[in-house]
Amino acid sequence: MSSAATPHVTAGVPQPRDTPARRISVFLSQHARVRLGLLLTAPLFWLGLVYVVALAALLITAFWTVDSFTGQVRTEFTLDNIITVVTGSLYQTVTLRTVGVALLVTVIDIAIALPVAFFMAKVAGPRLQRILVIAVLMPLWASYLVKAYAWRSVLAEGGVVDWMTAPFGGSSPGYGLPAVVITLSYLWLPYVILPIYAGLERVPDSLLEASSDLGAKTWRTMGSVVMPMLWPSIIAASIFSFSLSLGDYITVNIVGGANQLLGNLVYTNVGAANNLPLASAIALIPVAIMIVYLTAARRSGALENL
Amino acid sequence: MTSVTPAIRLTALTKTFGEVHAVDNLDLDIAEGEFFSMLGPSGSGKTTVLRLIAGFELPTSGTVELQGQDVTRRAPFDRDVNTVFQDYALFPHMTVLDNVAYGLRVRGVGKKERRERAEAALASVALAGYGGRKPTQLSGGQRQRVALARATVVQPKVLLLDEPLGALDLKLREQMQVELKELQRSLGITFIFVTHDQEEALTLSDRIAVFNQGRIEQLGTPREIYEHPQSPFVASFVGTSNIFDAEQSQQLLGMPGSRSIRPEKITLHPPGSAAAKGSISLEGTVVEAVYVGTATRLLVELASGKRISVLEQNVSSRSEDDRRGDAVRVQLAASDLVSLDPVPANTATS
Repeated sequence: MSSAATPHVTAGVPQPRDTPARRISVFLSQHARVRLGLLLTAPLFWLGLVYVVALAALLITAFWTVDSFTGQVRTEFTLDNIITVVTGSLYQTVTLRTVGVALLVTVIDIAIALPVAFFMAKVAGPRLQRILVIAVLMPLWASYLVKAYAWRSVLAEGGVVDWMTAPFGGSSPGYGLPAVVITLSYLWLPYVILPIYAGLERVPDSLLEASSDLGAKTWRTMGSVVMPMLWPSIIAASIFSFSLSLGDYITVNIVGGANQLLGNLVYTNVGAANNLPLASAIALIPVAIMIVYLTAARRSGALENL
Repeated sequence: MTSVTPAIRLTALTKTFGEVHAVDNLDLDIAEGEFFSMLGPSGSGKTTVLRLIAGFELPTSGTVELQGQDVTRRAPFDRDVNTVFQDYALFPHMTVLDNVAYGLRVRGVGKKERRERAEAALASVALAGYGGRKPTQLSGGQRQRVALARATVVQPKVLLLDEPLGALDLKLREQMQVELKELQRSLGITFIFVTHDQEEALTLSDRIAVFNQGRIEQLGTPREIYEHPQSPFVASFVGTSNIFDAEQSQQLLGMPGSRSIRPEKITLHPPGSAAAKGSISLEGTVVEAVYVGTATRLLVELASGKRISVLEQNVSSRSEDDRRGDAVRVQLAASDLVSLDPVPANTATS
């Protein structure tokens, strides 16, 4: 089979033409390192400059101060901002409140998402399954602001919640922390359902059948087979709802009444108070909390099979 | 079947998926301690029957009885049958020992006892010492054995096996066939074995049900199924057969009704040689010869244009190339020509 010496033998199939694009492809397929370099340069540039440098700038700024007379940022090293943030009772209270809201939102979302995702992945037929996936994704097409204001009107005095609960002697919780928890739970629910749904999809039906076959009733199967396999997905989902809640400040402004979360403090200090270094120091709080959270998740081994 | 209660009794069992009759009005008794195979092409309903017995599907109509008890509406965890799944369905987050002990744990067996019983079950499938591993660290054959140990450790009355050897390579499959048979003998429980591999079914089974389109096409011992197929479907699905339809058998064989004959029952002789007593001779030409190791498979074209397949032991030293084009006399013993026409039940075994 010396086809190279006798090209006319394969007359039926013309040889590919030697275009420049083809020569580049040949070169790249033979030089793995060049290929890797070309593929990674742009994303690494983005990650390095835009992401890491911005985070570093945040960290450095937190150790600077503001000249109270001119309002200019003075670039001399001081621990004052950090000390203020760590010891100030305002910051401690708001941090606890923010973590509490984020945890509550996460728990509520997971509690809602588990049955919904289970129905989608294991009960619904293929057609209903597609419809439900679209239904879960649909709210993401609408603007965040529109959804937050929609909840403002739903929770308003004389709004839908009032109207619906009035016959039973209830009333809307009004604007405040409960409203913030409700609205944030609504906003992040798709981000919690989808990872759990994807995790359930990866649990073969035969495992559920095997468990039942070996004598386990439904709840036992859930506890011994489904949940352990789903654990990484639940952690992944909780990272979304928890971190998104930690950084939110718009929803609080819209439905939170007079309450403030960490995001609001950052916002006020950047704007009205014109204290960028203090804002940076406050912004380090959620960063620190997330580092602790991710480390704990890693310790639990949940991140290994993500 | 009147005095002894069968291990499994299916009565008028029907399962439809939309318009499709996956299982169509099935009646079947499976005896205690039997190695029973359900053989058929994919989509013939054999797996659905297994899932109906296990309780993973509920029948559209009909009943499932387990040792005389109606279990039709019971959940899988309420039935004394266990399944070995096609994909083994081992729990990936548990060790091998925890997998095997799962059924005992669910039943509330104490830690020490379930450990001992699980280890004994692992030893019975030659996997002693593998308890600490995860299923992903095992080979396909080993996973298969873990699945067997997990299903048998809870001592079910009936073990259901859904194409358990399908994913294994030939050598391993043959080895596992022997082990399955030994396991069934030592446990003495009923095995219901689903397969599409006719050779596997013939090797292992006490009885075989050949499935086609949701119905049992034929039920019998391996010998009955192979030697006396009762329909063109069984004749062609189980092994290879030369089938003569009613017209051809009248014309060529001078016999009424459609007939079937196995390739290994046919002999080839030089043209014009004397025919044996009670046999039919047909003139033909060898059009293809293939060496298959233990034998040579020949395709002979008869004068009428019909082609028949012949399997000949390798006694001739002539090469396959040489034999193509040979004129031959094809000899078929009349007694080997099995009738494929439905016969009244009372004469079926004669």
